[in-house]
Amino acid sequence: MNWHAVRAIYLFEMARTKRTLLQSVLAPVITTSLYFVVFGSAIGARIPEIEGVSYGAFIVPGLIMLNLLTQSVSNASFGIFFPKFSRTIYEILSAPVSHFEIVLSYVGAAATKAVILSLIILATATFFVPLRIEHPLWMIAFLLLTAVSFSLLGFILGIWADNFEKLQLVPLLIITPLTFLGGSFYSIDMLPAGWRTVSLFNPVVYLVSGFRWSFYGSADVAVGVSLAMTLLFLAVFVGVATWMLRTGYRLKP
Amino acid sequence: MDPIISISALSKTYASGFSALKTVDLDIRRGEIFALLGPNGAGKTTLISIVCGLVNASAGSVRVDGHDIVRDYRAARALVGLVPQELTTDAFETVWNTVSFTRGLFGKPPDPAYIEQLLKDLSLWAKKDARLMMLSGGMKRRVLIAKALSHEPRILFLDEPTAGVDVELRRDMWQLVRRLRDSGVTVILTTHYIEEAEEMADRIGVIAKGALILVEDKAVLMTKLGGKQLTLQLAAPLAEVPPALARYGLVLGKGGKTLVYRYEVGRGEGGEGGEGSDPAGDGAIAGLLQDLAAAGIMFTDLHTTQRSLEEIFVSLVSEREAPGTDERGNRAGPAGEGAR
Ligand SMILES: Nc1ncnc2c1ncn2[C@@H]1O[C@H](COP(=O)(O)OP(=O)(O)OP(=O)(O)O)[C@@H](O)[C@H]1O
Ligand SMILES: [Mg+2]
Repeated sequence: MNWHAVRAIYLFEMARTKRTLLQSVLAPVITTSLYFVVFGSAIGARIPEIEGVSYGAFIVPGLIMLNLLTQSVSNASFGIFFPKFSRTIYEILSAPVSHFEIVLSYVGAAATKAVILSLIILATATFFVPLRIEHPLWMIAFLLLTAVSFSLLGFILGIWADNFEKLQLVPLLIITPLTFLGGSFYSIDMLPAGWRTVSLFNPVVYLVSGFRWSFYGSADVAVGVSLAMTLLFLAVFVGVATWMLRTGYRLKP
Repeated sequence: MDPIISISALSKTYASGFSALKTVDLDIRRGEIFALLGPNGAGKTTLISIVCGLVNASAGSVRVDGHDIVRDYRAARALVGLVPQELTTDAFETVWNTVSFTRGLFGKPPDPAYIEQLLKDLSLWAKKDARLMMLSGGMKRRVLIAKALSHEPRILFLDEPTAGVDVELRRDMWQLVRRLRDSGVTVILTTHYIEEAEEMADRIGVIAKGALILVEDKAVLMTKLGGKQLTLQLAAPLAEVPPALARYGLVLGKGGKTLVYRYEVGRGEGGEGGEGSDPAGDGAIAGLLQDLAAAGIMFTDLHTTQRSLEEIFVSLVSEREAPGTDERGNRAGPAGEGAR
C-alpha cells in the first residue's frame, strides 16, 4: 500500500471542504432546520403519530439520509470531476498508486464529510424534537455503509460526467426525487397498495427504512432486507468503479 | 549498459480512429539527455503520456528500468517525474502544499529540507506560501518542475518545458537540466526550439506523424548531415556551370545569379588534422576561387552557412510529408503556440 499517497489525497480532499466550510456545513444545517420548522412544527402538529413516533421525530432519519445521499454523491463526484476538468489528474494517473488506493482516498474523504455532516444534522435535530436511538451501533453501521456506497456512486458519476451540467443533473434528477419518494417523510405503509409496490423498486426505500429502524425499531421492510440491499449497492458500485479505473474509462484516452 | 527506458513496438490509435503512434521502438540510455523533436501533432506528448501512464497504449510495451509499465507500474512510475506540456495547477493550493502533495503521491515520506532546497533551486522559495493562481505563467512552470522533482525521480520528462518561457528562465532551466544529468538523472525533453536540443541533448530523436524517423547521437547527426555551403553572388548571370569547374559539383541558383558549393569541414574528432586536412574542405575553396577567376567568373559577394539542426530537421520532416496529406489534427489551445 502507498499510504503516503492515500494520506496526501485524503487530506487534500478534506482541506478542500475546509475552504468551503460555510457552504458545505451551514447550508445543509439551515435547510434541515427549515424542514423541522415547517414539517415538524407547523404541519407535523396536525399529523398523528406514526408507529408511535411524533411526526417531527419520524422524519429525522429520512432527513439525515436525504443529506447523507446528496452529500456523499456531490462530494465524491466533485472530488474526482474537478481534477479531471482542470487536468491536474495527470498527477494521480502518473503516480504509483493502485486503483484501490485512489478509490479509498477519494471515497473515504467524501464519506467522512458526509458522515460528519449527518452527525451535525442529527445534533441539530435534538434541538427540535425528542430523539431516541434504539440501535446506535446499527445506526452507525447504516450511516457508514450508505455513505461509502453513495460516495462510490458519486465517484462513478464524477468520472462519467464530462461537463458541469451532467455533474449536477444526476443528483438533482435522480437522487433527490428517489429520496423524497423513498419514504423520507412518510411510511410507505401509508401509501395505497399499488404505490407501495412501486416504491419497493426505489432503492432509497431500503436505506431509509433500515436507518429508521435503528432509531425507532420499526421499519417498512425487514431490516435484513435493508442491510442486504445496502450491501448490494456497495458491491455494484465497487464493481463499476473498478471497471472504470481498470479500463481508464474517460480518464485515459 | 541496459537502457533505462525501453520502448518496443509501441503504437497508439485513439478512440477517434486516429493513429498517433505507429510502431515506435526506442531505447533511452541511462543518464543521457534525450531530445524528442517533431512538429505539432507528431505524437511526442502521446509517447510521453504512455510511458507515464496517462494514456493506454494500443500495442507494444514499455519497460522503465526493467519494470513493465503496466504489470509493474508501481516500481516503474516511482522512478519517473513528469512536467506536462500544459500548465495545469490547482488554483487554490499553495506552492509548498502542492509540491509536498506530489511527494506524498509518489509514496515518499515528507522531507521538508529537500522541498526547501528544491524550491530555492527553482527560485520559488519566496513564493512558497503563495496560492498558485497568483503566480505568473513562468512561475507556474517552475512549480510544475518542482512537483515533478519532489519525489527525487531518476527519470524526468519535460514536455516542451520552454514554450512561453522567457530567456532567463530558459537559461535557469537548462542549468537545472545539466545539474540533474550530472547527478545521474535521465532527462527526456521535447521542444520546438531546435537550437536547444542542439545545445542540450546528447541524443536526438526526430518524430513525425507518429513514426520515429531518426535517432542519433547529436554529434554524429551534426557531422553526418551538417555540411557547410558557400554561396557566391555572381556579377553577371551564368547560363550554365563551365565544364572546367565540373569537379566541384556546383549548383547554379535561380536566374543563374548565384553559385552554391557544398562541402564538409574536417571532422574535429578525427584527430590532429583539423579543418585543413579534409581534401574536399577548406583547402578546396582556395582552388575553387582560383579556378573561378581563371574561368572569368566574377562575384560581388560570398558567404558560408552551416546547416543547422533546424534545417536537417525541416528537411527530414518534409521528406516524410511529401505526399502532403494534412491529417494532423488541428488542436486548439496552447499546444500550437510553441511552434516557431
Ligand atoms: N485524446 C485524443 N483523442 C484523439 N486524438 C488525439 C488525442 N490526443 C492527441 N490526439 C492526436 O494525436 C496526435 C498527436 O498528438 P500529440 O499531442 O502527441 O502531439 P505532439 O507531438 O505532442 O504535438 P505538439 O507539438 O503540438 O505538442 C495529434 O494529431 C492529436 O490531435
Ligand atoms: Mg505535445
